Amino acid sequence: MINDLRSTIYHLICGAEIHIELKTKSKMFCGCKNDPFHADKPNIYTCPVCLGMPGALPVPNKKAIEDCILIGLALGCQIAKVSKFDRKHYFYPDLPKGYQISQYDEPFCFGGSVDTSFGPVQITRVHMEEDTAKLQHANITVGADPCVRPMSLIDFNRSGVPLVEIVTEPDIKSPEQAKEFLKKVRDIVRTLGVSDCDMEKGSMRLEANISLAPVGANPCIRPQLPNYKVEVKNINSFRYFANSLTTEFARHSKILDRGETPVQETRGYRADLGTTVSQRVKEDAADYRYFPDPDIPPIVISDEWLSQIKSRLPKLPSAKIDTLIALGISESAAKIIVTNQVMMEYIDQVKTINPKYLESVAKDLVNKKIDPAKLAPSDYIKGLESRLASQISDESVLKPIIEKIIADNPSVVSDFKSGKQNTLGFFVGAVMKATHGQADPGITNKLLHDLLH
Amino acid sequence: MLLDKSLKELLAGYRNKSIDPVDVINEAYAQITKYSTDLNVLISVRDKQEALQQLRSLSPSLPLYGLPYILKDSYSTTELRTTCASKILDNYFPVYDATVHQKLKAAGAILLGKGNMDAWGHGASTENSDFGMGKNPWDPTRVVGGSSGGPAAAVATRMCAFAIGEDTGGSIRNPAAWNNISGLRVTYGRVSRYGCVAYASSMDTVGPLGKTAEDLGVILSVIAGPDKYDATSAPNPVPDYSQLLSKKPQHLKIGIASEMFGPGLDKEISANTKAFADKLSDLGHEIVDISLPIAEISDAAYYILAPSETSSNLSRYDGIRYGNMRELFTQETMRRIMVGTYELSSGYYDAYYRKALKIRTLLIKTFQKAFDKCDVILLPENPIMPPKLGDLISDPLANMLADLYNTPVSLIGSPALVIPSGFHKNGLPIGVQLVGKKFAEELLLALGHEYQQATDWHTRSPKL
Amino acid sequence: MTKTKLITTADIKHLAKLANLPLSPERLTQLASQIETTFEYIQTTQNTDTSKYLETNQVNELSNILREDIVDDSHTFTQEQALQNAKQTHNGYFIVPAILE
Repeated sequence: MINDLRSTIYHLICGAEIHIELKTKSKMFCGCKNDPFHADKPNIYTCPVCLGMPGALPVPNKKAIEDCILIGLALGCQIAKVSKFDRKHYFYPDLPKGYQISQYDEPFCFGGSVDTSFGPVQITRVHMEEDTAKLQHANITVGADPCVRPMSLIDFNRSGVPLVEIVTEPDIKSPEQAKEFLKKVRDIVRTLGVSDCDMEKGSMRLEANISLAPVGANPCIRPQLPNYKVEVKNINSFRYFANSLTTEFARHSKILDRGETPVQETRGYRADLGTTVSQRVKEDAADYRYFPDPDIPPIVISDEWLSQIKSRLPKLPSAKIDTLIALGISESAAKIIVTNQVMMEYIDQVKTINPKYLESVAKDLVNKKIDPAKLAPSDYIKGLESRLASQISDESVLKPIIEKIIADNPSVVSDFKSGKQNTLGFFVGAVMKATHGQADPGITNKLLHDLLH
Repeated sequence: MLLDKSLKELLAGYRNKSIDPVDVINEAYAQITKYSTDLNVLISVRDKQEALQQLRSLSPSLPLYGLPYILKDSYSTTELRTTCASKILDNYFPVYDATVHQKLKAAGAILLGKGNMDAWGHGASTENSDFGMGKNPWDPTRVVGGSSGGPAAAVATRMCAFAIGEDTGGSIRNPAAWNNISGLRVTYGRVSRYGCVAYASSMDTVGPLGKTAEDLGVILSVIAGPDKYDATSAPNPVPDYSQLLSKKPQHLKIGIASEMFGPGLDKEISANTKAFADKLSDLGHEIVDISLPIAEISDAAYYILAPSETSSNLSRYDGIRYGNMRELFTQETMRRIMVGTYELSSGYYDAYYRKALKIRTLLIKTFQKAFDKCDVILLPENPIMPPKLGDLISDPLANMLADLYNTPVSLIGSPALVIPSGFHKNGLPIGVQLVGKKFAEELLLALGHEYQQATDWHTRSPKL
Repeated sequence: MTKTKLITTADIKHLAKLANLPLSPERLTQLASQIETTFEYIQTTQNTDTSKYLETNQVNELSNILREDIVDDSHTFTQEQALQNAKQTHNGYFIVPAILE
């Protein structure tokens, strides 16, 4: 919730742009090694192509394209039948060709959706592009000049690394939804195994597009999109992303209250200040002069190829959770188990021995009652079965035990009757103690219920 | 001169030891020393001892053993700097070789130097060079043609056995005609562009310049073929062109379009082209009428696509990783960059760039219709004779119109052969252009070879 | 009769900026008239009816020319090779005067 009085007056409208570095072996358009983060020296993974030398030509990496399509599929996107690469022109020292090979109007993936507990976030598109070099500021002396000068140091190890860009519709309505959405996307991409999505290593980068609109009188009509948009960059964590929404909400509301419109600009998030600051406002809107890259023939995605890619789709977290629930495991246990590879494998093994014990083993795993490394699934089942075998389910045996415990604890009975919590647990515990843990829990609960009421 | 001999003759001579490749290389260097500086033919010359040492390391059985060649200075070479005739790259020493250069080296040929050109391919005269205007060896007060002027002049003046030029909008064909040599624009993608400095990526082709069609076939067999480092290179198999040349082409239909013989065409060139057609008739081929009302519209469309693509391709020259700063571009180059930037900019992209792409489709269909009626299309090559130095570069309109017969072929990606077809009464050579369907190089070369066996225009070389 | 200019001085300045071409005012003026000529020339394309034609981006009719995801050492430069042609370098980096944000 935007904890702001004005949230009744304004809506937050936010779209996210997520850049994901793929962990392919080689770069997007050349055979250089794709490992900029671990390179021990600058400019050791370069070639004519990623250095933008005269005469070099790009050849696209098939696996990178497949990884991009995989991400699109996992986010519910439609996949283009024909796609191409375009050149996006601007001048900057980290862009060796003076243009970035990207995708303009025919991206690989479009029109997807990611569910959140606050509603779906539509995915506008998922496309491929190449990463730029890395710039680093340093004050150094240059050549014979004794003066120390502020310089930018450029490392092209990262130039040409495959980058997938995910663009969402402006469906994010709150910082909480943003966090949930971003975590979900990260988990999905990690499950696919195509990227580490590590924000500290730069393999996942975030940008937000934020604006506010007045809350409409009729909540069923989506308010008209506002006539401005603020882009926020330099967001290094999900928490900072959420923070930026909060601080931008406050900043924009103040301006809108005055009857003005926030300036359409790019701002940088400053973790030290906990807010955003204006970056240099560009006078002209960027004219990227997109045109189809003549060096790269189009990519046609046949049904066959798409099937091959689809077969790589592992079960995604939500689908995995659904499967476990269908097997009788509780939702809360399932949510924990799917993020733990060891638990998942344990469950799989128990399933092959005897699926009727899945609910128990799930509970015991999650409550850390068993150590999967020390107790083999078959031994667990043996133990469980012997407990069940010696389990007392006979009501005629249990009833007198329970009646005695009730009679021995009149104060707890009155606590129970007055609605105090945990009293039922006391009785169950006492029954278990009296039966050395062999009372059937289901029958115990039923009898307690009958006898206490 | 030894270098008057054909490539096949030289190779046979080397193998039966009747000719010493060292003598040929020495002869080439002698020509370079005598004429290159005055005519501004070469930008860089290889050290002779280095060249001879390379020769000694080679096996005589290699397909191009010992043959000396010149590369247009737009090809990346580790032996010599690659300047593109621009001050921006005057100190650029590549760390990798262009694929065409790798192939020629592997085949035993020997690089002697880098040929002068219009900087970045921008021109039809080699006037737009920061290393001196290229002069025509037939008349040094006139332009040598371009943009592969240096390589063409090198062949004509026997500074090499063959050369490699680059043709985007006529840059091999134009100087071939103005220097009385043979030049081949290949089907787009026939030869790898990796390592060739890009001008207009969708139209750049790598091709040979030589004394005869037969010589071109010998070189093409070595340099053609797919390259995994060039995604636009054609996967089509490479025939043995030099073998196929000896097969006489049977009763071809040669298409001539009257629309191409308009008022802008020099009258003698027009008459010469028609005389060429008559000769082909004599050789047993049939002249048919076709319709190609497209010269002006092709040229205009070319001057949308080429500047657009070059404005993009030249964006990488920022002086950081190599080369010098952008203010050193020549006036002509800046004109093309600015025009191209405008044509791609938002608001104009649809009207210009996309329009030109549609015109390209129109052209492809027009030529397809024409090729329904004929096997080869005969066109003039240049509409004018070589102007005096300085005239063309100072007249942007004339400069663009000089490409009139070349640009249609460039836009559709078809191959075209230019061969000598006679002389103007002012003593300067004239060449014709034979255009084929895609991948019809063998047919064009065979026809050119047949003509050259029945005529001797191509045997003449300039008096220096 | 004065012709309406297809392109103004402001346009030319804007183009020079977009194209990252530092140009003196004299050069800009020289270029302006040459560029005007070129624009007049390419305007003729507007008269051609292309309504029944789609665009042809590439003439080679290829598609799906891709490479396998393997590291290709044969084309990778050493650090020295990568830096060889740069005018200025520092500890293995290319350098450029800092862009102040």
